[in-house]
Amino acid sequence: MKPAPFKYFAPASLEEALALKAEYGEEAKALAGGQSLIPAMNFRVAQPAILVDLNRIASLRNIHKNGALTIGAMTTQSTAEKNMLVAQHVPLLHEALPSIAHPQIRNRGTIGGSVAHADPAAELPVVCLALRARMLAQSQSAERWIEAQEFFSGLFSTTLAADELLTAVEFPLVEERTGYAFLEVARRHGDYAMVGLAAVLSLDENGLCRQARLVYLNVGDGPLEATQAAASLLGQKPSAKAFEDAGKIASQEDMQPFGNLHASPQYQQHLSAVLTQRALHLALDRITQKATHL
Amino acid sequence: MSQTHSIQVTINGTPYAHEVEPRLLLADYIRQVVGLSGTHIGCEHGVCGACTILLDGQAVRSCIMLAVQADGHELTTVEGLAQDEKSLHPIQEAFWEAHGLQCGFCTPGILMTLVPYLEENPNPTETEVRDAISGNLCRCTGYQHIVDAALLAAEKLQSKA
Repeated sequence: MKPAPFKYFAPASLEEALALKAEYGEEAKALAGGQSLIPAMNFRVAQPAILVDLNRIASLRNIHKNGALTIGAMTTQSTAEKNMLVAQHVPLLHEALPSIAHPQIRNRGTIGGSVAHADPAAELPVVCLALRARMLAQSQSAERWIEAQEFFSGLFSTTLAADELLTAVEFPLVEERTGYAFLEVARRHGDYAMVGLAAVLSLDENGLCRQARLVYLNVGDGPLEATQAAASLLGQKPSAKAFEDAGKIASQEDMQPFGNLHASPQYQQHLSAVLTQRALHLALDRITQKATHL
Repeated sequence: MSQTHSIQVTINGTPYAHEVEPRLLLADYIRQVVGLSGTHIGCEHGVCGACTILLDGQAVRSCIMLAVQADGHELTTVEGLAQDEKSLHPIQEAFWEAHGLQCGFCTPGILMTLVPYLEENPNPTETEVRDAISGNLCRCTGYQHIVDAALLAAEKLQSKA
């Protein structure tokens, strides 16, 4: 037996799961796809006293569109990856999903599990922040929507309360004149990336940059947003020079990476600068392609 | 011993019922309780892919899933591939013919990864095969023959279809 002993509950309804969270609070760890939690338990890095397995709660597995795209927390990553609504309306998410580990992991790993785990090296928190997704937090007594900017609060930390569960993530639909790109560099596809980013670029009617968001993975204690680089693009006409400058600002001023096993801080900054330019060019190309379709 | 749970699973078409501790991993259940040792355990934290099995037809890593979570589900292990003791599954035949295994430790996981993959992608390119098995490590580093075997398996399955 690798994991330390724990008490196991597999509620069939959300109400039962929330009742367990109300009763046990922090002691009761939610088990979603388990693709991060169970390895941590095998190492005994994590030794939860109680596991509340959410896999039997069918109502948490769904994807629906209603002004925004809402994905139930227990929807697996492979289901979302193959979903046409996701591909059409939240293309940045669609593009990022195949970068999450390997197919075997995505068959179990869930959207909500990865978001709530808030691993700084993970793809989904970065996508959520870049898109300004909202998280639905439910407890036995109440429910509230948490903006992505308020949700991630540091290394493996979120602002979910001890009695709350993340039950859905709501993504805004892609807008007109908006391009996106998700890029990462890993030594081997599926490994933790050395650096990655999600970029969203919106132009106004005159072709000037109306909004830019650049959010990076694995260079901070959570999804890291390059606000100064994004601000440098506002009101500008998109150009190779503007994108290069944004890459410089992002890598030199917005981040102070600490490096990891496979990349020094300097290399992470170099990759960030290069990826920023590539992502912005790709995002711009996608706006223009769309414009020719219209 | 902590509290136990009753589980019922079907493995390779055979139903099983056991009492298990919740912390028992599915891979250990399959090997030690059911006695099907074809599923191999390598890293025990979801990196090497040796323990890959099918859960309701989908490839998953059995070392990072609990046995209790398999309650009510259908599993397929490498023992369930061949129709009988005298024959091999076309993917197994291809691995035999193309020398797709050296020490063989990673083979069950790679076979179980390829079964659903080749069903969904009957005619993959070499690059696609390499991507498909990227979650399976071969410490003999015999990937070239594994890729050859996977491509041969795709041909064999196509000609049977």
